[in-house]
Amino acid sequence: MQALTNRIKQVERKPLSIMERLYLPAIFKGMIITFGHMFKKRPTINYPEKKRPFSPVFRGLQVLNRDAEGRENCTACGLCAVACPAEAITMEAAERKAGEENLYREEKYAAKYEINMLRCIFCGLCEEACPKDAIYLSETFAPSDYQRKQFIYSKDELLIPHPVNEPEAYQKALGNKAKK
Amino acid sequence: MLLAIDLGLIIEKLVLILIVVMGSLVIAMYATYGERKIAAALQDRRGPNRAGPFGLLQPLADGLKLFFKEEIIPDFSSKFLFILGPSMAMLTAIMTSAVVPWGDTVHFFDRDISLQIANVDVGILYVFGVVSMGVYGIMIGSWASNNKFSLMGGLRAASQIISYELAMGISLIALIMVTGQLDLKEIVLQQQKGNWNIIYQPLGFLIFLICAFAECNRAPFDLAEAESELIGGYHTEYSSMKLGFYLFSEYINMFISSVIMSTLFFGGYDIPFVNEQHLQESIGQWAVLLQVLCLLTKVVGFIFFFMWVRWTIPRFRYDQLMNLGWKVLIPLALINMLATGGVLLFLNK
Repeated sequence: MQALTNRIKQVERKPLSIMERLYLPAIFKGMIITFGHMFKKRPTINYPEKKRPFSPVFRGLQVLNRDAEGRENCTACGLCAVACPAEAITMEAAERKAGEENLYREEKYAAKYEINMLRCIFCGLCEEACPKDAIYLSETFAPSDYQRKQFIYSKDELLIPHPVNEPEAYQKALGNKAKK
Repeated sequence: MLLAIDLGLIIEKLVLILIVVMGSLVIAMYATYGERKIAAALQDRRGPNRAGPFGLLQPLADGLKLFFKEEIIPDFSSKFLFILGPSMAMLTAIMTSAVVPWGDTVHFFDRDISLQIANVDVGILYVFGVVSMGVYGIMIGSWASNNKFSLMGGLRAASQIISYELAMGISLIALIMVTGQLDLKEIVLQQQKGNWNIIYQPLGFLIFLICAFAECNRAPFDLAEAESELIGGYHTEYSSMKLGFYLFSEYINMFISSVIMSTLFFGGYDIPFVNEQHLQESIGQWAVLLQVLCLLTKVVGFIFFFMWVRWTIPRFRYDQLMNLGWKVLIPLALINMLATGGVLLFLNK
Protein backbone atom coordinates (compact mmCIF):
# COMPACT_ATOMS: atom_id res chain seq x y z
CA MET A 1 0.00 0.00 0.00
CA GLN A 2 1.19 3.46 -0.84
CA ALA A 3 1.85 5.35 2.34
CA LEU A 4 0.35 8.80 2.80
CA THR A 5 3.77 10.36 3.01
CA ASN A 6 7.11 8.87 2.14
CA ARG A 7 8.54 9.54 5.51
CA ILE A 8 7.91 6.15 7.06
CA LYS A 9 11.02 4.82 8.71
CA GLN A 10 11.16 1.11 9.38
CA VAL A 11 12.16 0.43 12.96
CA GLU A 12 14.64 -2.38 13.37
CA ARG A 13 13.61 -4.80 16.04
CA LYS A 14 16.55 -7.15 16.07
CA PRO A 15 17.16 -9.14 19.20
CA LEU A 16 19.81 -7.46 21.35
CA SER A 17 23.42 -8.36 20.71
CA ILE A 18 25.55 -9.75 23.52
CA MET A 19 27.22 -6.38 24.10
CA GLU A 20 23.81 -4.78 24.47
CA ARG A 21 22.52 -7.51 26.70
CA LEU A 22 25.53 -7.14 28.99
CA TYR A 23 23.93 -3.82 29.87
CA LEU A 24 27.01 -2.49 31.60
CA PRO A 25 28.62 -0.85 28.52
CA ALA A 26 25.44 1.12 27.94
CA ILE A 27 25.36 2.21 31.58
CA PHE A 28 28.99 3.21 31.35
CA LYS A 29 28.28 5.30 28.26
CA GLY A 30 25.39 7.01 30.00
CA MET A 31 27.49 7.76 33.03
CA ILE A 32 30.21 9.33 30.89
CA ILE A 33 27.57 11.60 29.38
CA THR A 34 26.22 12.73 32.75
CA PHE A 35 29.76 13.22 34.04
CA GLY A 36 30.48 15.49 31.10
CA HIS A 37 27.54 17.62 32.10
CA MET A 38 29.19 18.40 35.43
CA PHE A 39 31.62 20.71 33.68
CA LYS A 40 29.17 22.37 31.32
CA LYS A 41 28.35 26.03 31.70
CA ARG A 42 25.16 26.47 33.66
CA PRO A 43 22.55 28.66 32.05
CA THR A 44 21.01 29.72 35.38
CA ILE A 45 21.58 33.30 36.47
CA ASN A 46 21.79 33.96 40.23
CA TYR A 47 18.92 36.42 40.08
CA PRO A 48 19.06 39.05 42.78
CA GLU A 49 22.85 39.34 42.63
CA LYS A 50 23.10 39.23 38.88
CA LYS A 51 20.49 40.61 36.56
CA ARG A 52 19.98 39.84 32.95
CA PRO A 53 20.26 42.94 30.73
CA PHE A 54 16.95 43.93 29.20
CA SER A 55 16.48 44.49 25.52
CA PRO A 56 16.42 48.16 24.46
CA VAL A 57 12.68 47.96 23.75
CA PHE A 58 11.86 46.54 27.18
CA ARG A 59 8.68 48.02 28.64
CA GLY A 60 8.60 48.15 32.42
CA LEU A 61 6.96 50.32 35.05
CA GLN A 62 5.57 53.71 33.99
CA VAL A 63 7.34 56.87 35.02
CA LEU A 64 5.81 60.34 35.09
CA ASN A 65 8.35 62.68 33.60
CA ARG A 66 9.58 66.11 34.64
CA ASP A 67 11.35 68.66 32.48
CA ALA A 68 14.89 69.87 33.07
CA GLU A 69 13.79 72.37 35.76
CA GLY A 70 11.86 69.70 37.60
CA ARG A 71 8.35 70.69 36.57
CA GLU A 72 5.82 67.97 35.89
CA ASN A 73 5.15 67.53 32.20
CA CYS A 74 1.67 66.08 32.58
CA THR A 75 -1.21 68.32 31.66
CA ALA A 76 -3.93 65.80 32.52
CA CYS A 77 -5.30 65.69 28.99
CA GLY A 78 -6.44 62.11 29.52
CA LEU A 79 -5.15 60.79 26.20
CA CYS A 80 -3.19 58.07 27.96
CA ALA A 81 -6.27 56.94 29.85
CA VAL A 82 -8.22 56.82 26.57
CA ALA A 83 -5.46 54.92 24.83
CA CYS A 84 -5.08 52.40 27.62
CA PRO A 85 -6.60 49.09 26.46
CA ALA A 86 -6.64 47.72 29.99
CA GLU A 87 -8.25 50.82 31.48
CA ALA A 88 -5.61 50.96 34.14
CA ILE A 89 -5.12 54.72 34.25
CA THR A 90 -7.25 57.11 36.31
CA MET A 91 -6.60 60.80 36.69
CA GLU A 92 -8.11 63.99 38.04
CA ALA A 93 -7.15 67.33 36.62
CA ALA A 94 -6.65 70.57 38.51
CA GLU A 95 -5.85 74.14 37.57
CA ARG A 96 -2.43 75.52 38.33
CA LYS A 97 -2.57 78.29 40.94
CA ALA A 98 -0.35 81.34 40.86
CA GLY A 99 3.02 80.57 42.43
CA GLU A 100 2.96 76.93 41.33
CA GLU A 101 4.78 77.57 38.07
CA ASN A 102 7.87 75.89 39.41
CA LEU A 103 5.86 72.70 40.05
CA TYR A 104 3.83 72.23 36.87
CA ARG A 105 4.81 73.12 33.34
CA GLU A 106 1.30 73.58 31.93
CA GLU A 107 -1.65 75.53 33.29
CA LYS A 108 -3.51 72.34 33.96
CA TYR A 109 -2.00 69.45 35.81
CA ALA A 110 -2.91 66.02 37.18
CA ALA A 111 -3.88 66.34 40.83
CA LYS A 112 -4.39 62.61 41.00
CA TYR A 113 -2.77 60.15 38.66
CA GLU A 114 -3.14 56.43 39.36
CA ILE A 115 -2.14 53.34 37.43
CA ASN A 116 -3.44 49.98 38.53
CA MET A 117 -0.44 47.76 38.01
CA LEU A 118 -2.56 44.63 38.22
CA ARG A 119 -4.53 45.82 35.20
CA CYS A 120 -1.66 47.28 33.23
CA ILE A 121 -0.42 45.07 30.40
CA PHE A 122 2.72 47.16 29.74
CA CYS A 123 1.80 47.69 26.11
CA GLY A 124 3.26 51.19 26.03
CA LEU A 125 0.27 52.79 24.30
CA CYS A 126 0.16 55.49 26.99
CA GLU A 127 3.69 56.48 26.10
CA GLU A 128 2.73 56.66 22.42
CA ALA A 129 -0.44 58.64 23.12
CA CYS A 130 1.18 61.28 25.31
CA PRO A 131 1.64 64.61 23.49
CA LYS A 132 3.74 66.11 26.30
CA ASP A 133 6.34 63.36 26.75
CA ALA A 134 5.00 63.08 30.29
CA ILE A 135 4.83 59.31 30.66
CA TYR A 136 7.17 56.62 29.54
CA LEU A 137 7.91 53.01 30.38
CA SER A 138 11.09 52.36 32.32
CA GLU A 139 13.38 49.36 32.72
CA THR A 140 12.11 48.22 36.10
CA PHE A 141 9.26 45.80 36.48
CA ALA A 142 6.51 45.78 39.06
CA PRO A 143 7.77 44.39 42.37
CA SER A 144 5.75 41.86 44.30
CA ASP A 145 3.58 42.79 47.26
CA TYR A 146 1.25 41.22 49.78
CA GLN A 147 -1.87 43.30 49.13
CA ARG A 148 -3.80 44.17 46.02
CA LYS A 149 -4.27 47.78 47.00
CA GLN A 150 -0.51 48.25 47.08
CA PHE A 151 -0.49 47.77 43.34
CA ILE A 152 -2.47 50.92 42.61
CA TYR A 153 0.42 53.27 42.03
CA SER A 154 -0.22 56.93 42.67
CA LYS A 155 1.88 59.94 41.77
CA ASP A 156 4.19 59.26 44.73
CA GLU A 157 5.40 56.04 43.16
CA LEU A 158 5.21 57.14 39.56
CA LEU A 159 6.88 60.56 39.51
CA ILE A 160 10.49 60.67 38.46
CA PRO A 161 12.89 62.15 41.09
CA HIS A 162 13.53 65.86 40.88
CA PRO A 163 16.40 66.52 38.41
CA VAL A 164 17.76 69.52 40.33
CA ASN A 165 17.23 68.40 43.92
CA GLU A 166 18.13 64.71 43.47
CA PRO A 167 20.18 64.51 40.26
CA GLU A 168 21.62 61.05 40.99
CA ALA A 169 18.28 59.40 41.56
CA TYR A 170 16.99 61.23 38.49
CA GLN A 171 19.73 59.86 36.27
CA LYS A 172 19.13 56.37 37.62
CA ALA A 173 15.40 56.59 37.00
CA LEU A 174 16.01 57.93 33.53
CA GLY A 175 17.82 54.70 32.63
CA ASN A 176 17.41 53.73 29.01
CA LYS A 177 15.46 56.89 28.21
CA ALA A 178 18.70 58.84 28.32
CA LYS A 179 20.25 56.57 25.73
CA LYS A 180 17.32 56.59 23.33
CA MET B 1 33.74 -10.04 88.55
CA LEU B 2 31.82 -7.11 87.17
CA LEU B 3 33.95 -4.58 89.00
CA ALA B 4 37.06 -5.85 87.35
CA ILE B 5 36.06 -4.13 84.12
CA ASP B 6 38.59 -1.54 83.16
CA LEU B 7 36.98 1.88 83.56
CA GLY B 8 39.37 3.38 81.05
CA LEU B 9 38.20 0.92 78.44
CA ILE B 10 34.58 1.96 78.93
CA ILE B 11 35.43 5.63 78.61
CA GLU B 12 37.60 4.97 75.60
CA LYS B 13 34.87 3.01 73.85
CA LEU B 14 32.19 5.53 74.77
CA VAL B 15 34.23 8.36 73.28
CA LEU B 16 34.87 6.30 70.18
CA ILE B 17 31.19 5.43 69.82
CA LEU B 18 30.25 9.07 70.22
CA ILE B 19 32.75 10.15 67.58
CA VAL B 20 31.74 7.46 65.11
CA VAL B 21 27.99 7.99 65.51
CA MET B 22 28.28 11.77 65.37
CA GLY B 23 30.66 11.49 62.46
CA SER B 24 28.36 9.28 60.46
CA LEU B 25 25.42 11.56 61.24
CA VAL B 26 27.31 14.63 60.05
CA ILE B 27 28.54 12.83 56.95
CA ALA B 28 25.00 11.65 56.21
CA MET B 29 23.78 15.20 56.69
CA TYR B 30 26.27 16.56 54.23
CA ALA B 31 25.57 13.65 51.92
CA THR B 32 22.09 15.11 51.46
CA TYR B 33 23.72 18.39 50.52
CA GLY B 34 26.14 16.57 48.25
CA GLU B 35 23.30 14.68 46.66
CA ARG B 36 21.49 17.87 45.77
CA LYS B 37 24.63 19.58 44.54
CA ILE B 38 25.71 16.62 42.42
CA ALA B 39 22.22 16.14 41.04
CA ALA B 40 22.23 19.79 40.09
CA ALA B 41 25.66 19.59 38.52
CA LEU B 42 24.74 16.54 36.45
CA GLN B 43 21.63 18.33 35.22
CA ASP B 44 23.32 21.67 34.46
CA ARG B 45 21.69 23.33 37.46
CA ARG B 46 23.25 25.14 40.39
CA GLY B 47 21.73 23.40 43.37
CA PRO B 48 21.22 24.89 46.83
CA ASN B 49 23.31 28.04 47.17
CA ARG B 50 21.26 30.37 49.36
CA ALA B 51 21.74 29.14 52.95
CA GLY B 52 25.23 30.15 53.95
CA PRO B 53 28.27 30.21 51.65
CA PHE B 54 27.69 27.81 48.73
CA GLY B 55 24.52 26.70 50.50
CA LEU B 56 26.58 24.85 53.09
CA LEU B 57 24.00 25.47 55.83
CA GLN B 58 21.24 23.88 53.74
CA PRO B 59 21.29 20.53 55.61
CA LEU B 60 20.86 22.40 58.91
CA ALA B 61 17.93 24.32 57.48
CA ASP B 62 16.38 21.09 56.18
CA GLY B 63 16.80 19.38 59.54
CA LEU B 64 15.33 22.35 61.37
CA LYS B 65 12.37 22.40 59.02
CA LEU B 66 11.70 18.71 59.59
CA PHE B 67 11.83 19.26 63.36
CA PHE B 68 9.27 22.04 63.27
CA LYS B 69 6.83 20.30 60.95
CA GLU B 70 3.59 19.06 62.40
CA GLU B 71 3.71 15.44 63.36
CA ILE B 72 0.83 13.44 61.95
CA ILE B 73 0.09 9.88 63.03
CA PRO B 74 -2.79 8.45 60.98
CA ASP B 75 -5.89 7.35 62.96
CA PHE B 76 -5.93 3.84 61.57
CA SER B 77 -2.26 3.16 62.04
CA SER B 78 -0.96 1.04 64.86
CA LYS B 79 0.85 3.70 66.79
CA PHE B 80 3.57 1.70 68.48
CA LEU B 81 4.73 0.11 65.25
CA PHE B 82 4.37 3.41 63.45
CA ILE B 83 6.96 4.93 65.75
CA LEU B 84 9.06 1.77 65.89
CA GLY B 85 9.53 1.75 62.09
CA PRO B 86 11.74 4.81 61.64
CA SER B 87 13.52 4.12 64.93
CA MET B 88 14.47 0.66 63.69
CA ALA B 89 15.63 2.06 60.38
CA MET B 90 17.87 4.57 62.13
CA LEU B 91 19.13 2.08 64.72
CA THR B 92 20.17 -0.57 62.25
CA ALA B 93 21.73 2.05 60.00
CA ILE B 94 24.01 3.27 62.78
CA MET B 95 24.73 -0.14 64.36
CA THR B 96 26.79 -1.39 61.43
CA SER B 97 29.55 1.11 62.05
CA ALA B 98 30.51 -0.73 65.27
CA VAL B 99 32.78 -3.28 63.64
CA VAL B 100 34.42 -1.09 61.03
CA PRO B 101 38.16 -0.56 61.58
CA TRP B 102 38.56 3.18 61.05
CA GLY B 103 42.31 3.22 61.46
CA ASP B 104 45.29 1.60 63.08
CA THR B 105 45.96 1.58 66.81
CA VAL B 106 46.84 4.90 68.40
CA HIS B 107 48.75 5.45 71.62
CA PHE B 108 47.13 7.98 73.97
CA PHE B 109 47.32 8.42 77.76
CA ASP B 110 49.43 5.26 78.13
CA ARG B 111 46.79 3.22 76.36
CA ASP B 112 46.72 1.48 73.01
CA ILE B 113 43.44 2.57 71.52
CA SER B 114 42.19 0.59 68.58
CA LEU B 115 40.11 2.72 66.23
CA GLN B 116 37.46 0.04 66.03
CA ILE B 117 34.54 0.03 68.43
CA ALA B 118 34.16 -3.73 68.65
CA ASN B 119 36.76 -6.08 67.29
CA VAL B 120 34.38 -8.91 66.50
CA ASP B 121 36.16 -11.81 64.85
CA VAL B 122 33.08 -12.51 62.70
CA GLY B 123 32.81 -8.88 61.59
CA ILE B 124 31.46 -9.66 58.14
CA LEU B 125 28.70 -11.85 59.52
CA TYR B 126 27.75 -9.12 62.00
CA VAL B 127 27.54 -6.57 59.18
CA PHE B 128 25.36 -8.96 57.22
CA GLY B 129 23.07 -9.61 60.11
CA VAL B 130 22.53 -5.93 60.86
CA VAL B 131 22.17 -4.89 57.24
CA SER B 132 19.44 -7.43 56.59
CA MET B 133 17.66 -6.17 59.69
CA GLY B 134 17.59 -2.74 58.08
CA VAL B 135 14.61 -3.71 55.97
CA TYR B 136 12.55 -4.36 59.10
CA GLY B 137 12.33 -0.64 59.74
CA ILE B 138 10.85 -0.16 56.29
CA MET B 139 8.53 -3.16 56.56
CA ILE B 140 7.23 -2.30 60.02
CA GLY B 141 6.72 1.32 59.08
CA SER B 142 4.90 0.48 55.88
CA TRP B 143 2.71 -2.10 57.60
CA ALA B 144 1.86 0.20 60.48
CA SER B 145 0.85 3.01 58.12
CA ASN B 146 -2.24 1.04 57.08
CA ASN B 147 -1.95 2.41 53.58
CA LYS B 148 -1.98 0.40 50.36
CA PHE B 149 0.86 2.30 48.76
CA SER B 150 2.99 2.07 51.86
CA LEU B 151 2.42 -1.65 52.12
CA MET B 152 3.28 -2.07 48.45
CA GLY B 153 6.53 -0.22 49.01
CA GLY B 154 7.33 -2.30 52.06
CA LEU B 155 6.66 -5.55 50.22
CA ARG B 156 8.86 -4.45 47.37
CA ALA B 157 11.64 -3.53 49.76
CA ALA B 158 11.38 -6.90 51.49
CA SER B 159 11.43 -8.99 48.33
CA GLN B 160 14.22 -6.88 46.89
CA ILE B 161 16.40 -7.33 49.95
CA ILE B 162 15.77 -11.07 50.01
CA SER B 163 16.68 -11.45 46.34
CA TYR B 164 19.82 -9.37 46.49
CA GLU B 165 21.07 -10.54 49.85
CA LEU B 166 21.68 -13.99 48.36
CA ALA B 167 23.89 -12.76 45.56
CA MET B 168 25.67 -10.43 47.96
CA GLY B 169 26.35 -13.26 50.39
CA ILE B 170 27.62 -15.60 47.72
CA SER B 171 29.90 -12.95 46.25
CA LEU B 172 31.30 -12.42 49.74
CA ILE B 173 31.94 -16.13 50.21
CA ALA B 174 34.41 -15.93 47.34
CA LEU B 175 36.10 -13.02 49.07
CA ILE B 176 36.27 -14.87 52.35
CA MET B 177 37.78 -17.84 50.54
CA VAL B 178 40.55 -15.58 49.24
CA THR B 179 41.24 -13.88 52.55
CA GLY B 180 40.51 -16.80 54.82
CA GLN B 181 39.20 -14.30 57.37
CA LEU B 182 35.91 -13.03 58.77
CA ASP B 183 37.61 -10.38 60.87
CA LEU B 184 37.42 -6.98 59.18
CA LYS B 185 40.59 -5.72 60.85
CA GLU B 186 42.54 -8.77 59.71
CA ILE B 187 41.20 -8.32 56.17
CA VAL B 188 42.48 -4.77 56.14
CA LEU B 189 45.87 -5.79 57.52
CA GLN B 190 46.16 -8.46 54.83
CA GLN B 191 45.44 -5.89 52.15
CA GLN B 192 47.96 -3.54 53.71
CA LYS B 193 50.68 -6.14 53.28
CA GLY B 194 49.58 -7.53 49.95
CA ASN B 195 47.29 -6.29 47.21
CA TRP B 196 43.81 -4.93 47.54
CA ASN B 197 41.10 -7.53 47.23
CA ILE B 198 39.61 -5.83 44.18
CA ILE B 199 42.49 -7.34 42.18
CA TYR B 200 41.54 -10.87 43.21
CA GLN B 201 37.79 -10.39 43.12
CA PRO B 202 36.75 -7.91 40.41
CA LEU B 203 33.57 -9.78 39.51
CA GLY B 204 32.78 -10.32 43.16
CA PHE B 205 33.14 -6.58 43.73
CA LEU B 206 30.83 -5.77 40.82
CA ILE B 207 28.16 -8.09 42.18
CA PHE B 208 28.63 -6.72 45.68
CA LEU B 209 28.37 -3.16 44.38
CA ILE B 210 25.12 -3.81 42.50
CA CYS B 211 23.67 -5.59 45.52
CA ALA B 212 24.75 -2.73 47.77
CA PHE B 213 22.71 -0.38 45.60
CA ALA B 214 19.72 -2.67 46.04
CA GLU B 215 20.24 -3.05 49.79
CA CYS B 216 20.39 0.70 50.27
CA ASN B 217 17.17 1.14 48.30
CA ARG B 218 19.02 3.57 46.09
CA ALA B 219 18.18 4.34 42.48
CA PRO B 220 18.12 2.49 40.12
CA PHE B 221 16.66 0.04 42.66
CA ASP B 222 14.55 2.47 44.68
CA LEU B 223 11.33 0.61 43.99
CA ALA B 224 10.33 0.80 47.64
CA GLU B 225 9.73 4.52 47.38
CA ALA B 226 9.11 4.82 43.62
CA GLU B 227 7.40 8.19 43.95
CA SER B 228 5.94 8.06 40.45
CA GLU B 229 4.11 4.80 41.17
CA LEU B 230 3.61 4.61 44.93
CA ILE B 231 3.34 8.28 45.95
CA GLY B 232 6.16 8.01 48.49
CA GLY B 233 6.29 4.25 48.96
CA TYR B 234 6.86 3.08 52.49
CA HIS B 235 7.05 6.58 53.97
CA THR B 236 3.86 7.93 52.37
CA GLU B 237 2.14 8.47 55.73
CA TYR B 238 5.17 9.77 57.55
CA SER B 239 5.79 13.40 58.37
CA SER B 240 8.07 15.57 60.43
CA MET B 241 11.16 14.04 62.01
CA LYS B 242 9.96 10.47 61.50
CA LEU B 243 10.14 11.05 57.78
CA GLY B 244 13.46 12.70 58.41
CA PHE B 245 14.71 9.55 60.14
CA TYR B 246 13.74 7.43 57.15
CA LEU B 247 15.43 9.72 54.67
CA PHE B 248 18.42 10.10 56.93
CA SER B 249 18.86 6.37 57.49
CA GLU B 250 19.08 5.96 53.72
CA TYR B 251 22.09 8.24 53.66
CA ILE B 252 23.68 6.60 56.67
CA ASN B 253 23.19 3.24 54.99
CA MET B 254 24.89 4.58 51.92
CA PHE B 255 27.79 5.85 54.02
CA ILE B 256 28.14 2.55 55.86
CA SER B 257 27.99 0.42 52.74
CA SER B 258 30.63 2.67 51.19
CA VAL B 259 32.79 2.06 54.25
CA ILE B 260 32.22 -1.68 54.04
CA MET B 261 33.06 -1.75 50.34
CA SER B 262 36.24 0.25 50.91
CA THR B 263 37.19 -2.04 53.77
CA LEU B 264 36.54 -5.30 51.98
CA PHE B 265 37.76 -4.51 48.50
CA PHE B 266 39.80 -1.31 48.55
CA GLY B 267 42.13 -1.83 51.46
CA GLY B 268 40.15 -0.02 54.15
CA TYR B 269 42.39 2.54 55.81
CA ASP B 270 45.37 1.41 53.78
CA ILE B 271 47.08 4.33 52.04
CA PRO B 272 47.91 3.21 48.50
CA PHE B 273 51.57 3.10 47.37
CA VAL B 274 52.80 4.00 50.85
CA ASN B 275 54.59 1.72 53.22
CA GLU B 276 52.67 2.10 56.47
CA GLN B 277 55.57 1.06 58.67
CA HIS B 278 57.94 3.68 57.24
CA LEU B 279 55.24 6.29 57.55
CA GLN B 280 54.62 5.37 61.18
CA GLU B 281 58.33 5.68 61.91
CA SER B 282 58.69 9.05 60.27
CA ILE B 283 55.61 10.93 61.47
CA GLY B 284 54.41 8.74 64.34
CA GLN B 285 50.80 9.06 65.46
CA TRP B 286 49.85 11.34 62.59
CA ALA B 287 50.03 8.36 60.26
CA VAL B 288 46.83 7.07 61.85
CA LEU B 289 45.08 10.34 61.08
CA LEU B 290 46.23 10.04 57.49
CA GLN B 291 44.83 6.52 57.40
CA VAL B 292 41.44 7.65 58.64
CA LEU B 293 41.44 10.45 56.09
CA CYS B 294 42.37 7.97 53.39
CA LEU B 295 39.46 5.73 54.31
CA LEU B 296 37.13 8.72 54.30
CA THR B 297 38.40 9.75 50.87
CA LYS B 298 37.59 6.34 49.52
CA VAL B 299 34.18 6.55 51.14
CA VAL B 300 33.48 9.95 49.65
CA GLY B 301 34.44 8.54 46.27
CA PHE B 302 31.95 5.73 46.70
CA ILE B 303 29.22 8.09 47.87
CA PHE B 304 29.85 10.22 44.81
CA PHE B 305 29.55 7.09 42.70
CA PHE B 306 26.25 6.20 44.36
CA MET B 307 24.88 9.63 43.51
CA TRP B 308 26.33 9.67 40.04
CA VAL B 309 24.55 6.40 39.28
CA ARG B 310 21.33 7.63 40.80
CA TRP B 311 21.18 10.65 38.52
CA THR B 312 22.10 8.66 35.43
CA ILE B 313 20.14 5.44 35.36
CA PRO B 314 16.34 5.27 35.38
CA ARG B 315 14.52 3.03 37.84
CA PHE B 316 14.23 -0.66 37.09
CA ARG B 317 10.83 -2.20 36.52
CA TYR B 318 9.86 -4.73 39.16
CA ASP B 319 10.18 -7.78 36.88
CA GLN B 320 13.51 -6.51 35.55
CA LEU B 321 14.72 -6.19 39.11
CA MET B 322 13.77 -9.77 39.89
CA ASN B 323 15.27 -11.01 36.62
CA LEU B 324 18.53 -9.27 37.33
CA GLY B 325 18.65 -10.54 40.88
CA TRP B 326 17.72 -14.16 40.39
CA LYS B 327 18.72 -14.95 36.83
CA VAL B 328 21.87 -12.91 36.46
CA LEU B 329 23.50 -11.97 39.74
CA ILE B 330 23.01 -15.22 41.66
CA PRO B 331 24.33 -17.47 38.84
CA LEU B 332 27.21 -15.05 38.30
CA ALA B 333 28.03 -15.05 41.99
CA LEU B 334 27.90 -18.84 42.04
CA ILE B 335 30.23 -19.07 39.05
CA ASN B 336 32.54 -16.57 40.68
CA MET B 337 32.57 -18.61 43.87
CA LEU B 338 33.26 -21.88 42.05
CA ALA B 339 35.98 -20.33 39.93
CA THR B 340 37.64 -18.79 42.98
CA GLY B 341 37.49 -22.12 44.75
CA GLY B 342 38.93 -23.90 41.71
CA VAL B 343 41.80 -21.45 41.37
CA LEU B 344 42.59 -21.64 45.08
CA LEU B 345 42.57 -25.41 44.91
CA PHE B 346 44.82 -25.34 41.85
CA LEU B 347 47.30 -23.01 43.54
CA ASN B 348 47.07 -25.26 46.57
CA LYS B 349 46.83 -22.39 48.97
